Parts: sequence; C-alpha cells; structure tokens
Amino acid sequence: MAVFKHPQILVASNLTDGEVLFLGPSGWERDHRRARVAQAADEAAALEALGKRDISANRVVDVYLADVELGRDGAPTPLHYRERMRVKGPSVRLDLGKQAADGGAP
Amino acid sequence: MTAVDLRAPQRRNAPTISYRYDEYDAAFVRERVAEFRDQVRRRLSGALTEEEFRPFRLMNGLYLQLHAYMLRVAIPYGTLTARQMRRLADIADRWDKGYGHFTTRQNLQYNWPKLVDTPDILEALADVEMHAIQTSGNCIRNVTADHFAGVAPDEIEDPRPTAEFLRQWSSLHPEFSFLPRKFKIAVTGAAHDRAAIMVHDIGLRIVKSDSGDIGYQVVVGGGLGRSPFIGKVVRDFVPREDLLAFLEAIMRVYNRFGRRDNKYKARVKILVHEKGIDEIRAAVDAEFAAMDRSVFSHDPAEFERIAGFFAPPPYDALPATSASLRAAKLDTPAFANFVDVNVGAHKIPGYAIVTVSLKPIGGVPGDATSEQMRVLADASERFGFGELRVSHEQNIILPHVKQDDLFALWRMLDAAGLATANAGLVSDIISCPGLDYCSLATARSIPIAQAISKRFSDMSRQRRIGKLGVKISGCINACGHHHVGAIGILGLEKKGQESYQITLGGDPTFSASIGEILGPGVTADQVPDVIEHLVDFYLAEREEGEAFIDTWRRLGHARFKDLWRREGEDGADI
Repeated sequence: MAVFKHPQILVASNLTDGEVLFLGPSGWERDHRRARVAQAADEAAALEALGKRDISANRVVDVYLADVELGRDGAPTPLHYRERMRVKGPSVRLDLGKQAADGGAP
Repeated sequence: MTAVDLRAPQRRNAPTISYRYDEYDAAFVRERVAEFRDQVRRRLSGALTEEEFRPFRLMNGLYLQLHAYMLRVAIPYGTLTARQMRRLADIADRWDKGYGHFTTRQNLQYNWPKLVDTPDILEALADVEMHAIQTSGNCIRNVTADHFAGVAPDEIEDPRPTAEFLRQWSSLHPEFSFLPRKFKIAVTGAAHDRAAIMVHDIGLRIVKSDSGDIGYQVVVGGGLGRSPFIGKVVRDFVPREDLLAFLEAIMRVYNRFGRRDNKYKARVKILVHEKGIDEIRAAVDAEFAAMDRSVFSHDPAEFERIAGFFAPPPYDALPATSASLRAAKLDTPAFANFVDVNVGAHKIPGYAIVTVSLKPIGGVPGDATSEQMRVLADASERFGFGELRVSHEQNIILPHVKQDDLFALWRMLDAAGLATANAGLVSDIISCPGLDYCSLATARSIPIAQAISKRFSDMSRQRRIGKLGVKISGCINACGHHHVGAIGILGLEKKGQESYQITLGGDPTFSASIGEILGPGVTADQVPDVIEHLVDFYLAEREEGEAFIDTWRRLGHARFKDLWRREGEDGADI
C-alpha cells in the first residue's frame, strides 16, 4: 500500500457518459466539493473498497484515489493539476465540462 | 465487390470524389454497428465487465478520456465528401457539443459522446459510408496520404487508390488484428513528402522506374512516440503487383519477431533498430521468397476499379492564370495575403489548391464548429466538386478551386472565421489535445499553441518569418509530432508542475530528422519568450531563402544551445 501523505478522495468516471464523479457520503457526486475525504490509510482503503463494489455493479469505471487539500470550509481540492483539470473541464473551453454547468469550480 | 462506379451518372452536380461502398462494404460496416450495439447493451446490463468490454470499444474507436468518452472517426486518407462533412457536423450537434477536432492522423475526434449514444453515432456514420473501425487498438490504423493527392503538380500518381487498396487489405485482416502494437502506414506519390512517410511504421513512396513502371519505395521502422526513429528503406522498388505480398512479408516478420513482452518495445521501429535494417531486409526477403504469393497476386482490374473512384473531376479548360484573381488581389490586401500563403499551385491550369486553416490566432488547433463544418461542405460544393481533405497538419483542404472563384470563396470563409492566412507559418501549429482532454497527457498543449499564436499575431511578421513548423505534444506519445517540428515542444511533468522541453531541427519530409533538445525544460509562461527569442535569432542569422530548419542546419545545434546558455546567464527569462 502506498504511503498515506495527504487526505484523499475517490475519483471515477460514470459508465454511461464518462463524466467524472467523486464518491460522496451517500453515493457518487458530480461536484468534488461534496466528496468524502479519507484522512488516514484505512479510510482510503474503505473508499477503494466502495469503488470496487461500484465497478462490479457497473456504475463507474477507472476508479482511483486522488490527493487533496482541504479548504477552510473542509471542502477538498485536488493537489495535482491533472485532477484539478478533471474537476473543472478543459482550460481552453470554459463553456464546457463541470465549470460550465456550475459556474466554475474553485 | 462490384466494378460499377456508382458516381458516374451524378458526378457534376452531386460529386462524391471518394471511394464508394459496395454491398460487401456496406453490409460489413452495418454488421459492425449492430455488433457494437449489442456489446454496449451487454456492458450496460453488466453481462460484460469493463475489462471484457474495453477491447471492443477500442476496436470501434471509443476511448475513455479525462472528462468523458472520446470517439475517433476514421477519415480514410483524409478525403471527405461534402455530405460526409455535413454528417460530421450533424453528429457534433446531436450527440456531442457542437464541434469536432481534426487530428494528425487525418481523423476526427468527438470529445463528449455518451457511451449509450455511440451505437447511434456509428449508425449515422454508416449512413454516409464512414466508421470508426481500427482507429484504435493494436492493428493497422487509418492509412494516411498526401492531402494534395491527385492535384499536386509534383505528383507521379495519386496515392489514394493505393491507400484504399491497403485499407481493404488491412481491414479486419485476421493475422493483423492483434499485432504487438498499433501500426501506421502513410503513402505519398509526390516529389515532396507532405504525408510524413519517413516517421511511419511503413512509409510508401510511389516511384517510377527507368522503364516507366510504377512501383513503391518501401520505408520501414519510422515512428515518433517515446523512441523516435526515422524509417529506413527496406526496398527501393517494389512493383505494384508485388505490393501486397511484400507488405504481408513485412507484417509477418514483425508479427514473428516483434516484442510482446514490453509495450514500449513492441513497435516495429524498435525491431528495426535492434536488429538493424540489413537483418530485417534479409528476413523480409526470405519471407517474400518463401510465401505463397498467389493469394496476394495483384488484380489490376480491382485496382483500376478503385482508382476509378479517384478519377479527376470534370475540370473546365481555363487559362493558366486568372485576370479576376489578379484584380481582386490588388483591390483587397487581406485576400492577397490569403492567396499568397494559403493557396497552392494546381496541376490543372486555372485551378488552385486552398488550405483552410483551422488555426485562428489564439484558437484551438484542429477544432471546427459544426457551423464551420457546414460552411466548408457548402464551399466545397459551390467551388470544388464537393470534395474536402483533412491534412495531418490539422487543416482542411479544398483541392479543386478555380482561380476565378478564389475571391468569392475567401469571402465565404472569412465570414465563418476560416480565412486565417497562416498555412505553414509559425501560428499554423500542430497540437495534440494534451491535458485539456487526454487521459495520457502529462501537460497541456493547446494553451501553449494559443500563447505562441497570440505572440506572433502580427501576420506581416509571420510572413517575414516564413515557413516554420511548430509542433506540440502533451506527452511522450508524441501525437503532436513534436519530434519532427523545426521547433518541437513536449509537455512533461516536473516536480508536480507542467514543464516544456524544446527541441530544434525536426523535419517530417524526405529529408527527415528528429529534433534535438535545446536545454532544460521551461514553464508554460516562458515558452512564448523562448520561441520568440529563437525566431529572432534565426531572422538575424538567416541567409537568402533559408527557412528556419535550413539556418539551424547550417549553423548547427550548438549555436542555438549557446544562445540559450548565454541568455540564461544574462538572466533573460528563458
């Protein structure tokens, strides 16, 4: 198991349309700010187990943990620029992706 | 297969200057759509796991990318009819987000299709004799060709009949559906290579023997990606009647000796590099000599049937030059610039080849809106026998425009934002989608292209600089062909940040070369400064008639590296 360095969230793609999803307290969310945050390795493992369950249930694909930092309000923001891109949409088309639907994620 | 050219009766007013499906082709594509529809149904029902489904969706060009699925549609040898272009626009509107991205393999990618809609999209493509088969996977991919095929003055023969011949040979070929890795073939029939054949797994150059026979110089083992290589000539002249057998022999040697233990070592370029071209040539020759060639015997009637689909359209007899064109150029400087930069000589007197740039200043290279696609379709019907081409440089070509019609065409293109006069100039940048869309990317490439384009937004300055190929890839897989850019830019990750490595001296033509690294990587913000500095140095040093690559070759890479080092020491922002 990888060394746990940062809080983590579980990221996936929706099977039917490929949209990026984040595992929340009661299911998959389209907004990463509502994602459930693992603060320790055992919590991250629990998230992964839920992800595997939903892969088997044919709800999501391409599931993985992403490191995040927490804002003052406790909402997670990915640390790596790749996942920062995924929570928004193409940086060259602000009218597309999640940033278009919700007015722009932070 | 039928030998009937279905277009003949309707040619002038409803032109379809491309290969037309016969009953066999149409049934085959329809069957594939039905098969994939069932595979999607089974995936959604859970009867297929993602692991089981993934090879099926890839065989049909469907990827899972950063934000959504991506569907890659094959445009064989880059030739499209107006009807097909309109259908691509309709699909973009109905099932995607109103635009498409033309790629360096002359294909089109939709960035936002839903899995559940994909069978319907494939059905809509099949209606206009298109598909997405073999646009992914370890098979022979879309065969590409010179985008000036059939109209270039320097051409020996139109390469598209050969490309179509190879497409039919390689489609679902049982021996080559599970190759060690993907396999790319390009064909040119001209004296100047516009198809980058030297950096393909197999490159074919149509040549004429001393006795006047048409044949092929066969190049093998070229490629870009993490290990770039220039292809090597495996045989100087293969007669047309031996082409399929000879290629079959190459593929068998690759299939037998290509590595399957390591995907990064599995391309034929690695095999050629490790064994050496002499050993490969001996193996190919031995296979060719031993194989039963009768099953690959050339069928001249079938080749001629295919070639018939690419016969020249009914050109009018015209003077070599147009008085109205001359007058319009004098009256309208912007039009004159467009003609000087984007319009090329045609083999038929009075006609011209028009490159429609999909690189507006600050735009996304290769993207076209559905409305622009329709304008292009309309323009091709009004001014060019209804035919369009996609270039590997991510532009659209109208290959048969009367010089007399150029001004009206330019006005039509200009109104649609399609008249940027930068074909081949510094802002005509090849760029992969990069990290804005691609799940493999390590850095963004489109914003780098946009920043360079804006930096050189002064078009008169661009014209002074002249031809300059800038190519950008967002990862080491090199979809943006950065290795063969006179200036290449590779986006990487360095310590958690996007970093860009600059290379100089790449060349995708017959004089092919792989670019050499200039120095340590720079940040995204620094890239335009570095490029501008290099260009200024070139302008100061160039001799009469020299393009950037010529000056780089004459001065040597060390001079450019010295410049880099000196400026770095002086504290310049590079």
